[in-house]
Amino acid sequence: MTKKKNFLDVISENRFIHILLSILLGFLVGAIFLIAMGLSVGEAYGRLLSSVTNLKGFSYVVVYAIPYIVVGLSVAFSFKTGVFNIGAEGQYVVGSMAACCTSILCGGLPKPVLIILCFLTAMIAGAVWGIIVGFLKTKWGINEVLSMIMFNWIAFYLSNFIAGLPAIKNEGTAEATKNIAANASTLFSKDFINSLGLCPTANWGIFVAMAVTVLVWFIIEKTTLGYELKAVGYNKFAAEYGGIHVNRSILTALAISGALAGLGGALQLMGMGGRISIFTSQEGYGFAGIVVALIGCSNPFGVFVAGLFYGALMYGGSKLNLVGVPTQLINVIVGTVVFFIAISVIFENLKRLKSRSRRKAEAPKPKKADERKEEKS
Amino acid sequence: MKKILALVLALCMVFALAACGSSSTAPAAAAKTKVGMVTDVGGVNDQSFNQFAWAGLQALAAEDSSFEVNYLESKTDADYQTNINTFIDEGYDLIICVGYMLADATREAAQANPDQKFAIVDDATNADLENVACLTFAQEQCSYLVGLVAGYMTESKTVGYIQGMVSDTMNLFGVGYITGVLEACPDATVLQYNANAFGDIAGGNTAAKDMITKGADVIYHAAGGTGLGMINACDEEGIWAIGVDSDQAAVLGMDCILCSALKDAGAGCVAIAKDVKAGTFSGGEHHYTLADGAINIATTGDHIPADVLEKVEAAKQAIIEGKMTVPTSTADCPQFELG
Repeated sequence: MTKKKNFLDVISENRFIHILLSILLGFLVGAIFLIAMGLSVGEAYGRLLSSVTNLKGFSYVVVYAIPYIVVGLSVAFSFKTGVFNIGAEGQYVVGSMAACCTSILCGGLPKPVLIILCFLTAMIAGAVWGIIVGFLKTKWGINEVLSMIMFNWIAFYLSNFIAGLPAIKNEGTAEATKNIAANASTLFSKDFINSLGLCPTANWGIFVAMAVTVLVWFIIEKTTLGYELKAVGYNKFAAEYGGIHVNRSILTALAISGALAGLGGALQLMGMGGRISIFTSQEGYGFAGIVVALIGCSNPFGVFVAGLFYGALMYGGSKLNLVGVPTQLINVIVGTVVFFIAISVIFENLKRLKSRSRRKAEAPKPKKADERKEEKS
Repeated sequence: MKKILALVLALCMVFALAACGSSSTAPAAAAKTKVGMVTDVGGVNDQSFNQFAWAGLQALAAEDSSFEVNYLESKTDADYQTNINTFIDEGYDLIICVGYMLADATREAAQANPDQKFAIVDDATNADLENVACLTFAQEQCSYLVGLVAGYMTESKTVGYIQGMVSDTMNLFGVGYITGVLEACPDATVLQYNANAFGDIAGGNTAAKDMITKGADVIYHAAGGTGLGMINACDEEGIWAIGVDSDQAAVLGMDCILCSALKDAGAGCVAIAKDVKAGTFSGGEHHYTLADGAINIATTGDHIPADVLEKVEAAKQAIIEGKMTVPTSTADCPQFELG
């Protein structure tokens, strides 16, 4: 019997439709909340859309999206290789602080040298932060999720400590670091921004994000390293049996993932932030990266699009207050989207249940006793 | 496949309907004075200046419908500039930046947009700009008054003080408080702690317990959320706490709070908003004191004996009438250790 594809099949087979549906459901739940609060759905979503669909708004979206994309790639890379990098937050923080210190202390270097140096120190700092956790995992089997969450806080307080050092701290009243050296800035020139009417923080970090997207895809799909890392991700015992050094793979994966998160921190700092404030709470770029990686199905190109989508929600969402809608609506939408993406397991189980019951229904049943009697006679 | 299509279409229709049903809002009246407020990373419900500024503006809009007020919350340091620019693009008449954390972003935006009117709470570094009104508050005055209370009430002659951060603005709290304590009880010891955080409840709790073991029986804080930990510690150990910014005895409903040093950022914001509407806006520093009510002492709970209250009231009158001044410089208060 040729089986007609039903709804559940399509959803569990086609990730794209599943994600799209989840996003739609997210907005639907958001709409329900809006109606429950007595607010206008059209006005809220209209505002969300109109703030990102003009050139200036879109340039804001791109600027917001840069760190989300790169940190999202970091988390996606770790997903592909079977570790859960919940420590991207900490790697992001040490990365951006490393870039900040480099730019302040070596501000006299020529622009291209300084920028590359900032990127490198940020990536090294992030990678080291990842490797320490990887070392704890491979050497003593300490669960990486636990140590990463703790390392996020170590990074948080380390950053606040460094930001308070006399050589780094802002000379004015601001509770922040000095501004980064002008030579370390990735901003477009003021004339260029004004002539096109872009947002004041428009910068070329997005091109770095694009390059990194392609690079991550290349590493995962086209290199032996990527193959090994993926193999460990699928089944670590089979990979080991196949001759892959599992521990080395985990360390490599965490180093690359950490370097990416660190780079994300540098890109945000050198393009948008310009300085690092003394944190009173975690800024959440690492956790946003997890969301972006989930929405992007851990596919590098998917993550790129998801990062833009997330950036649009964050920038557009920040303006919702202007029409009297609480910005928390965005959290409701994002939360719902992630929820529906994460329950893909349920779709798969539903499908399995359904096919099992169908098989039962179609299976030949033993005939009842009286039927057999009738046949005999 | 058809089912999915149907579902998607159905969802689209729901959206379209919802959009049609409600998108017809009345056009805003042209003559409204639009006031936008940008919070610092504390957010609008910080029980401190962000909240008061917003509460003040909301009350203003409620009583005078010619004002339209709105706020944008900043989640990170990088959001300040974006939020300020949003209000500029929306054509707001006045942009109020809450907190000295926004000082640099305000300066940049004010210099780039000389016709846009700004106000900034708790910062005087932008006072040289013509289009920025710097709203500063005499927090040393209310701190002095609660310091007097602490000095008169302490039996162990040891009081505590927790500060959220060391800066010129924040140091005023400590200077005023310590001056008050020593005025009332010249041989008192003031234990001091800089938490370096406004949201560290656990840290505030530990610091307060440390002070209590050293004999403190009254502790004052100027540390936002960190202070909540301190107040809890005071409650557990049965000693007096002194609140800050709002009337914390009333807000938190805790009996251990002796009094609170009031600093109503909202009063300043409302005054500037009215200036903008009347066309009398002026840049430079606008200083708010006990005399205009933006600074005060709250004694909810009636824990303070009448004779102490009398002395505090007398000091308050003396300050208002200019008969005495509370020092504002750490140099005038050698006992202040944090600055």
